[in-house]
Amino acid sequence: MEDMSQYPLELTGDDIPMVRFMNVTKRYGKLTVLDRLNLDVATGEMVTVIGPSGSGKTTVLRMLMTLETINEGVIYVDGKPLTHMEKNGTLVPASPKHLRMMRSQIGMCFQHFNLFPHMTALENCMEGPVQVLGMSKAEARKRSEDLLELVGMIEKKDQHPSRLSGGQQQRVAIARALAMRPKVMLFDEVTSALDPEVIGEVTNVIRDLVNKHNLTMLMVTHQMGFAKDISDRICFFFDGSIEEQGAPDALFGNPQRERTQQFLSAVKEAG
Amino acid sequence: MSLWEFIATYWPDFLKGTGITAAQFILATMLAIGIALVAGLMKLSHNAVIRGVSVTYIEIFRGTSLLVQLYWIFFVLPLFGVTLDKFTAGFVAVGMNLGAYGAELVRGGIQSVPKGQWEAAYALSMSPAKRMWRIILPQALVNMLPPWGNLLIELLKNTALVSLISVTDLMFVAKQINGSTFLSAQAFGLALIVYYVFARFIVTPFMRWLEGVMRRKLGRA
Repeated sequence: MEDMSQYPLELTGDDIPMVRFMNVTKRYGKLTVLDRLNLDVATGEMVTVIGPSGSGKTTVLRMLMTLETINEGVIYVDGKPLTHMEKNGTLVPASPKHLRMMRSQIGMCFQHFNLFPHMTALENCMEGPVQVLGMSKAEARKRSEDLLELVGMIEKKDQHPSRLSGGQQQRVAIARALAMRPKVMLFDEVTSALDPEVIGEVTNVIRDLVNKHNLTMLMVTHQMGFAKDISDRICFFFDGSIEEQGAPDALFGNPQRERTQQFLSAVKEAG
Repeated sequence: MSLWEFIATYWPDFLKGTGITAAQFILATMLAIGIALVAGLMKLSHNAVIRGVSVTYIEIFRGTSLLVQLYWIFFVLPLFGVTLDKFTAGFVAVGMNLGAYGAELVRGGIQSVPKGQWEAAYALSMSPAKRMWRIILPQALVNMLPPWGNLLIELLKNTALVSLISVTDLMFVAKQINGSTFLSAQAFGLALIVYYVFARFIVTPFMRWLEGVMRRKLGRA
């Protein structure tokens, strides 16, 4: 058993990060996917995770969404433990109720959009605010329409997802996640399933969010140019840990580690 | 006596019997849907005890004869202090039996909904009950409607067994008239036709209509 006394019950001080991974380890059976990960994301920061497939980058996002449990360590969101909760002065694994309360601060967009097919674009966006936040329908509609406007999908608000292109579906999915007013947004390879000609409409929406809104964001992507443009920091994952991280210019322009250099040159050749 | 003359003479009895068959069908269907939903969801539970109860139920009611179950409910349960009138015993037996088949359809329908739908609902912090009720079940329903159409036709035909505990349904009327008039071909011929018309021109079109409605709700039509 891990000694939980090494982890604070909550983070204190002036400069608490929005997200903190502390010694987070994730295993599938004997395979260690993430090994003692330590990562802070500051409020309003945009961090992009890159790396070869199987390096654990998507797992980082899924753990933060609590779609995956963790084996060791603690994740904090806005200073409070996410994966754990306090009981008799020590941290114990979180109850489903605690997880639900905490993860409402986090929004996520998926590679395959996962819009609800039996609801229109507008209903998709209203579902969370009405059903989870208990908002009135009128209020939720207003908020959802504003967000669909923001992602340029207001004209299609009454369409079902099956009538929308991939890029349009992903933009609705972004609006749906934002409708919950999350403090942290996660983008998990949101352009990977898109045709090349519509990738731009989704990256432009994310670019817009970064420029105009003070959201904390974590993104996994294969679009290196896009990542370089909009990120405050890039983390290169290799084999379950952060091999190298830094500002985009430094990491892309002058990578220090051999594996980073190899990965970036392989990506450049492919791209 | 021609079939037309037969119908002209006995139609009021057949109409009454058909009414009872329709009532048995509707009540048994509602019971079967309720049981299928509960047993199907229980079978997907993480709790081994809950799952076990559901598996046992499905095994017993799918694995033994409906006629024996009907006799159990009507003749044996009173020995344990549970007495049901014949009408109730009839649709309860049929409903419980077909509900066990329906449970497998519910389970399969739920499992056919892509995992991403669960994850998206989870990421919106929806409670497990809301995830199931608002996101998963509506999609599962569309997937399982075609097999439910078959199951309901099966259920309709199985209601004929309730005549064996003297519920005065269509089959009972046919047997009674056969017994008093010996017009077997006409009596059982008409019963065949009524069951066929009921299944082919009422149940099937209704299910088709429902499938269309659900598909439109999914924006697939």
